[in-house]
Amino acid sequence: MDVVVVGAGMVGAACAYFCAEAGLDVAVVDRGAVAGGTTSGGEGNILVSDKEPGAELDLALYSVRLWTELGERFGAESLELQHKGGVVVAQTPEAAAGLAKFAARQRENGIGATDVSAAELAELEPNLTREVSGGAYYPQDMQVQPMLAAAELLRQARRRGTTVHSGTEVLGFRQSGGRIAEVETSAGPIPARWVINAAGTWGGEISALAGAPVPVLPRRGFVLVTEPLPIVVRHKVYTADYVANVASGDEGLETSVVVEGTQAGTVLIGASRERVGFDRTFSLPVVRKLAAQAIGVFPFLADVSLLRSYLGFRPYCPDHLPVIGEDPRVPGLVHACGHEGAGIGLAAGTGKLIAQVVSGTTPDLDLGPFRPDRFAEEVA
Amino acid sequence: MPASPADLAVLGAGPAGLAAAAAASRAGANVVVIDGNSRVGGQYWRHRDGDTGRGHHHWSVLTGLRAAVPEFLGGHQVWHVERIGDGFAVHTSGGEVRCRALIVATGAYDRQLPFPGWTLPGVFTAGGAQALLKGHGVTAGRRIVVAGTGPFLLPVAAGLADAGAHVVGVFEAGSPRGFVRHPGALLANPGKLGEGAGYLRTLMRHRIPYRTRTTVAAAHGTESVSSATVATLDADWRVLRRREVECDAIAVGYGFTPQLEIPLQLGCATRLDADGSLVARADDQQRATVPGVYLAGEVCGVGGAPLSLVEGELAGLHAAWTTIGAAPDNARVGRLLRRRRANRAFAAALHDAHPVRPGWLTWLDGQTQLCRCEEVTVDRVRESIVDLGATDTRAVKLLARPGMGLCQGRVCGYATSCFVADACGRQPTEQDLLGVAARPIAQPVTLGELARD
Repeated sequence: MDVVVVGAGMVGAACAYFCAEAGLDVAVVDRGAVAGGTTSGGEGNILVSDKEPGAELDLALYSVRLWTELGERFGAESLELQHKGGVVVAQTPEAAAGLAKFAARQRENGIGATDVSAAELAELEPNLTREVSGGAYYPQDMQVQPMLAAAELLRQARRRGTTVHSGTEVLGFRQSGGRIAEVETSAGPIPARWVINAAGTWGGEISALAGAPVPVLPRRGFVLVTEPLPIVVRHKVYTADYVANVASGDEGLETSVVVEGTQAGTVLIGASRERVGFDRTFSLPVVRKLAAQAIGVFPFLADVSLLRSYLGFRPYCPDHLPVIGEDPRVPGLVHACGHEGAGIGLAAGTGKLIAQVVSGTTPDLDLGPFRPDRFAEEVA
Repeated sequence: MPASPADLAVLGAGPAGLAAAAAASRAGANVVVIDGNSRVGGQYWRHRDGDTGRGHHHWSVLTGLRAAVPEFLGGHQVWHVERIGDGFAVHTSGGEVRCRALIVATGAYDRQLPFPGWTLPGVFTAGGAQALLKGHGVTAGRRIVVAGTGPFLLPVAAGLADAGAHVVGVFEAGSPRGFVRHPGALLANPGKLGEGAGYLRTLMRHRIPYRTRTTVAAAHGTESVSSATVATLDADWRVLRRREVECDAIAVGYGFTPQLEIPLQLGCATRLDADGSLVARADDQQRATVPGVYLAGEVCGVGGAPLSLVEGELAGLHAAWTTIGAAPDNARVGRLLRRRRANRAFAAALHDAHPVRPGWLTWLDGQTQLCRCEEVTVDRVRESIVDLGATDTRAVKLLARPGMGLCQGRVCGYATSCFVADACGRQPTEQDLLGVAARPIAQPVTLGELARD
């Protein structure tokens, strides 16, 4: 086997697909079902709007192009890919001024961001609260149904010869001649020239098993799902606070609401962020806060029923950048994890870059900022 | 919100909940009973205003229990129960109720198996047809076919016939001969047998045919049901012969699914029961695996009203013991435990005689909807397994959306789990059922209500 991908979530699926497309022999292993872990707990955001200029934004822009290509190749319907655009809302004059400044810097770095007035916001989102000071419109933002997108890319990889082994747990790795040689699994050993750690929130555990730990930690987020409605929210709509929270290192609970419709008619409301380990307990206070914030942005939601809620664990690294690239400590081990709440969006770019790494071609982007050994001092 | 918490909140005012509340209340505990229905009685004693109890079983038991229950909050839908310190906050459509201990007696609802045409108007669940009759005095149709499996079909058919409907037939997919294998369970429960014989006499009086190894395998009609395919089945429920029967309503039931939202929200452990249902685990004191939570009735295993009354009383006595220190009488507890054992043996014999056999999957065609809320067809579910690689119910739900609609899998969860397991070449597991049973929001609640903290 040329490549064994650990993790059948969105990032693992993208890695498998691009590796298979590059002509490599690929096996994907996951202890659970396809797309059942980190991927199943998110919303399917493909955003450039929330990124500050820097390495992550470059990766996001690269990914957006690839997602567009994937949508054209396999049909937007098969991924439930929607080029819906993002709308960021500022609810105070100060927030509006900050947002305008932020958008200006983003424009200089390749993002199509348009400043919009309160009146224009009402046209973009007729059901939005009128208590707004201004906002920004981001036509590049889009959305997929994450489980469907991961399963579809795995299906495309299988068509190119990839095998997918769900219900198969990785137990360890064997090295030979100073590089990775074999993955030990609950279904027996699989020889591998390259191992890709795409285990999402559990990427830290896999890296430790391989003897090259990277610090990937869980950040819990709740998502609320309403009853199905006609189209009442047209874009991905969030408040300017979201950007501040995404980049935050605070321990406590943060909520900054993101509201969006889905093809199924439900409205999704995220996003809380808490560092509570892998605690799956439902938290009513968090859900109440999200509901209140969503109503603050879309007042009609007060009369809409909540149908269900779910939670997921966003895999984050201390510097909030993903880990992408070969680990110099264990040659043959390649990381593709730690994408925090942006894993769906960044998956396409990550998969393609990983395929370039293992094929021995020069990656389209500089992987320096994402290198796995950047935490060496902290971990030690 | 009450200033001080109740000793005990009982969720559900059916036989189990009322028996629990009455026992705890008589022991001196301060008890509040909460139910989504505006009247006490649950499904078993569902009734109308001014109902005198005619046609109801053990009506005097209901009136006795009701008199012993001081506080009843009817019309309160519970959407979430939260642990607060040593007690609980019960969040309902009518506000929040605080309590020190909780008895969950939320009962069960009809277990449904899909078949071609099952989403046509005029196709009812057996329990739905029964509720329409008991609660509103309305028969589901004029020419009704009753089908499925289990003893519940008998009272449904008898009630409809007594109310003037023409019951075309009662078609029992199983072969209750299996019952003969449990003579002990039968002898210990003579009342139950008498009840069944009474219904059979009613069917005979109305000249209603009762056929075993037979069921409705398809419903036909354009706007609503106009006929049913009645199929003769082999032991695995594969169709041997079909015939078409004219009717304007079909009442179908394949047993019951316990309502487990609240026990699962609180983290109670579960198990697979003999009838293939997911149930919450309860010990000899009716305690769940989570401190302060007691279970009674169908939530800890489908067994009917007499068992529910016994479990309710046990739960009420022990909950009163832990909350206000009222020690129960040992002899009484011993008697209740013996009755529980006998009733459970009877329930197990019934489950054994009325298993759902896998051949029902062959009744489906590609266009049959497994999930009616989201209109998810058999083909779509199969595609999520074959093409997209799903290997369990949860993955199928996430990829093809069965169970994602308004009912949140209450209707289709069991059938989808069976379908997925069969397509993956195995039996449905506890995990499969858990994947469609956990609902952190047990009833839809508006975001406005949520936001009002």
